[in-house]
Amino acid sequence: MTKNIKITINGVSVEIEEGTTILDAARKAGVIIPTLCYHKDLCVAGNCRVCITEIVGQKRLTAACATPCEDGMEVLTNSLKVRNSRKHIVELLLSEHNADCTRCYKNGNCELQHLASEYKIMTQDFIRLAPMKKYTIDMFSPSIVKDDSKCVRCQRCVRTCVELQGVNALTVAHKGDQMKITTFFEKLISDVVCTTCGQCINHCPTGALVEKNYIEEVWDAIADTTKHVVVQTAPAVRVGLGEELGFETGTRVTGKMVAALKRLGFDAVMDTDFTADLTIMEEGTELLTRLKKVLVDHDPEVKLPMATSCSPGWIKYIEHMFPDYLEHLSTCKSPQQMFGALAKTYYAKARNLDPETIVSVSIMPCTAKKFEANRPEMHDSGYRDVDYVLTTRELAIMIKQAGIDFMKLEDMHYDRLMGESTGAGVIFGATGGVMEAALRTAYELVTGREVPFENLNIIPVRGMEGVKEATVKIENPLKEWAFLDGVELKCAVAHGLVNAGKVMESIRKGEANYHFIEFMACPGGCLGGGGQPIPTSPEIRQKRAEAIYAEDAGMPLRKSHQNQEIIKIYKDFLDHPLSEKSHHLLHTHYTARERF
Amino acid sequence: MTTNYQLRRVDFIFKNENDWEEVLSKSISRTPQELINELISSELKGRGGAGFPTGLKWKLSSEAVDDIKYVICNADEGEPGTFKDREILSRVPFKVLTAMAVCGHVIGAKEGYIYLRGEYFFLQPELKKAISEFEYFCKEINLDFKIRIFMGSGAYICGEETALFESMEGKRGEPRNKPPYPSSYGYMGKPTVINNVETLAHTFTIFKYGAKRFYDLGVQYSRGSKLFSVSGDTPKPGIYELELGMSLADFVDEFGDGDTKAVQVGGASGFLVPRKRFGETAIGFQGKLTGISLPTGGSMMLFNSSRSMFNVLDNYLEFFREESCGQCTPCRVGCQQLLKGIKAVKRGEKNAHYLDKLLRLTETMQLTAKCGLGQSVANSFSSIVENFREEMIY
Repeated sequence: MTKNIKITINGVSVEIEEGTTILDAARKAGVIIPTLCYHKDLCVAGNCRVCITEIVGQKRLTAACATPCEDGMEVLTNSLKVRNSRKHIVELLLSEHNADCTRCYKNGNCELQHLASEYKIMTQDFIRLAPMKKYTIDMFSPSIVKDDSKCVRCQRCVRTCVELQGVNALTVAHKGDQMKITTFFEKLISDVVCTTCGQCINHCPTGALVEKNYIEEVWDAIADTTKHVVVQTAPAVRVGLGEELGFETGTRVTGKMVAALKRLGFDAVMDTDFTADLTIMEEGTELLTRLKKVLVDHDPEVKLPMATSCSPGWIKYIEHMFPDYLEHLSTCKSPQQMFGALAKTYYAKARNLDPETIVSVSIMPCTAKKFEANRPEMHDSGYRDVDYVLTTRELAIMIKQAGIDFMKLEDMHYDRLMGESTGAGVIFGATGGVMEAALRTAYELVTGREVPFENLNIIPVRGMEGVKEATVKIENPLKEWAFLDGVELKCAVAHGLVNAGKVMESIRKGEANYHFIEFMACPGGCLGGGGQPIPTSPEIRQKRAEAIYAEDAGMPLRKSHQNQEIIKIYKDFLDHPLSEKSHHLLHTHYTARERF
Repeated sequence: MTTNYQLRRVDFIFKNENDWEEVLSKSISRTPQELINELISSELKGRGGAGFPTGLKWKLSSEAVDDIKYVICNADEGEPGTFKDREILSRVPFKVLTAMAVCGHVIGAKEGYIYLRGEYFFLQPELKKAISEFEYFCKEINLDFKIRIFMGSGAYICGEETALFESMEGKRGEPRNKPPYPSSYGYMGKPTVINNVETLAHTFTIFKYGAKRFYDLGVQYSRGSKLFSVSGDTPKPGIYELELGMSLADFVDEFGDGDTKAVQVGGASGFLVPRKRFGETAIGFQGKLTGISLPTGGSMMLFNSSRSMFNVLDNYLEFFREESCGQCTPCRVGCQQLLKGIKAVKRGEKNAHYLDKLLRLTETMQLTAKCGLGQSVANSFSSIVENFREEMIY
């Protein structure tokens, strides 16, 4: 039993649970204490010292984020002592920071800038240290740009990489004035175990870690009249983009986003959800084929459990961390890459375009997609399948640059051919969504009946639990799937790479006997992706997830195999799932990588 | 009260230790409560410099409920000007080992570690030999206590107890947030007693002779004797065991070269005392009655009139700039600003008033830094700048 205690903050009495930090107690009392190294997703570090407060009777000031309240404590958050010290600390941070704000990608969305503005630091009393240091900028990764001159050493990125992702690509090296955030042996980000998931970017308070942006390249392509620029939008973008453009968190802006993309000048605006549905057809069939090969043919070459392959951060993670398990991965490309391959083949043919003139752009909640599009094997259309990948944030920047009043836009529909989708495609954006979509289709394919869950909502695979499990029993299957009669299909869903690692370890130890596992690199799935609007927090991700499921619930079609354009593409172009053509265009292979 | 005090040499620490087996057997036959009371009544305070009452430290850990507890001997002697711990470990290692085992008996720990400074690697072979002889005896008397050596790698900050735990756990040596304190959450998250080498050696004296012999030495709030590492402009540098509470004037009479301008008490993180204050300064822990009293880990650096106090401060700040772990803002950036700041004043790039801005900065560092390192930079900075301001400017 936790007991309640009473403290006063700036003279106001608050009752809180024992063990509550001063920071949380203050928030409860309606007092805002500024923070920098603190992040709701991460463990407490207490190293920036911005949140210092005075406890009456104590000589030293204490970090509010790291200090639990004690009964009867009197806390002052705005005494002269606190103000002077806090201002000093912000001044110190600024003296070490390359405060060239007007030329910074994070200008306007920087926590240090915000603090400087709040404390009205107008003079530069301390010596500017930043210009004296030999800082480096690492721009060699296709996804992430790391600029040490902007770093405030809060270690949020390090904690993210360790606690949320279990990757440890970023770490602290050296001490004193040389202390910096770097990689193993200070190698380039592109040369280490980094999965390019971009969670460090999402958690960085300043411009030290940002995505590599391709905004100008895309503007150039749009302006080039000889090019036909095709754009696709990932499921999670529609529930995140609004946050950057004045809407409440969790607002669905699908129609406005399509309208904005058309105004930006894209020649065709289509939907990654379409290829998400296509992924279900391919991956669902692959799963059933694998089940047959294992259960009936006892083929030792075929591996179970089968793992999903939609998340490129997860793919790079397994390639580095569990390279001996690559055969467990579905061979399906991610929806982005399926779309890319089809845009320069199927779409080009249907629209009578020379694929060479097509520029394929994708809007993703993800930075790993930038790396994925850059993989050498992603050229199955004969060209680079996806030319440019923009994050949700980059799209918001383009919309602002174009002077579009986003809130006033009329909703518009996606263009045809690869623009139709079902609710199953939409929920790809949330953790558990791929699993749910796959089960909706696979179960029906096998039994001829809908999945036995109310309104097709497979609740056990939803929610923010790190690892979720579900079992679906197959009864009375159709004749051709008779071997599955009575089989309990064991599924698992993991999001956040630290959870993915746990599941993989249990598989390695032989403790897990799953058939099918969905892995997503980012906490919450794509809706919490490294390319989504900043900030992120459990509450924000929860709201985005609710928006995704609301979008699904409102769709007329909610199962991938009902998508008319999917039916059409198989009829006109691909033949059937796992056909030779789909093998060539929609499936891929993986590369074993080293940890060091 | 302290100015009339005579400087008295003491010989406890390095006195022969052939009877450690007897002291150990006798001590572990006593109850933990008795031993704690003995320590409390001796009023022994930590000899690493911070001066936390040792008896209370052991008591808190003995009250923590856990199956696994640890005793750690902090031998990461890194304070500039301190060199006593290595002498203890090489000359009387069994006193320290015995004290660790007694502490294990008191708090209920079966494992002890000696965190040995990276530069003291050469002590390892002899120390290991002593440990195996010690453990052999423990087995004979059915005492379940193991001691291991953990080698540090040379970072000053790892002498800070929680950074030391992090380092032992294989992590980066960065201080933790406190609370929780080591007595409930130390090495591996277990209740831990961590004591300086010298503190442990003193407990041996106390267990051997009883609290009174120890308590009778020194003055109120600063009981017992202490080892001093004397260096700098002195004709007789070395290690001396002296009673606490002596006046700095007496100390300088004994150890100075006749031209002592200032004494740095407590190493780079301590205070500089100028000649005019020698008489009113006593060496010991702060207490209500003792006037100006400076605690020290034992480092006493004497400077004569040939020394530039600017160079002294520059040297200290250079040390802190490099040895700050770098995690917290006030310490990491503050040390750089102080160092660059005094150089800028010296060169005339900043005017003399900038020193006042820097003094205010050290106040902030003292109030807000995460650990003792950042908090104590203010000590040497303010005591040097305030007393030798003209040397900083001209």
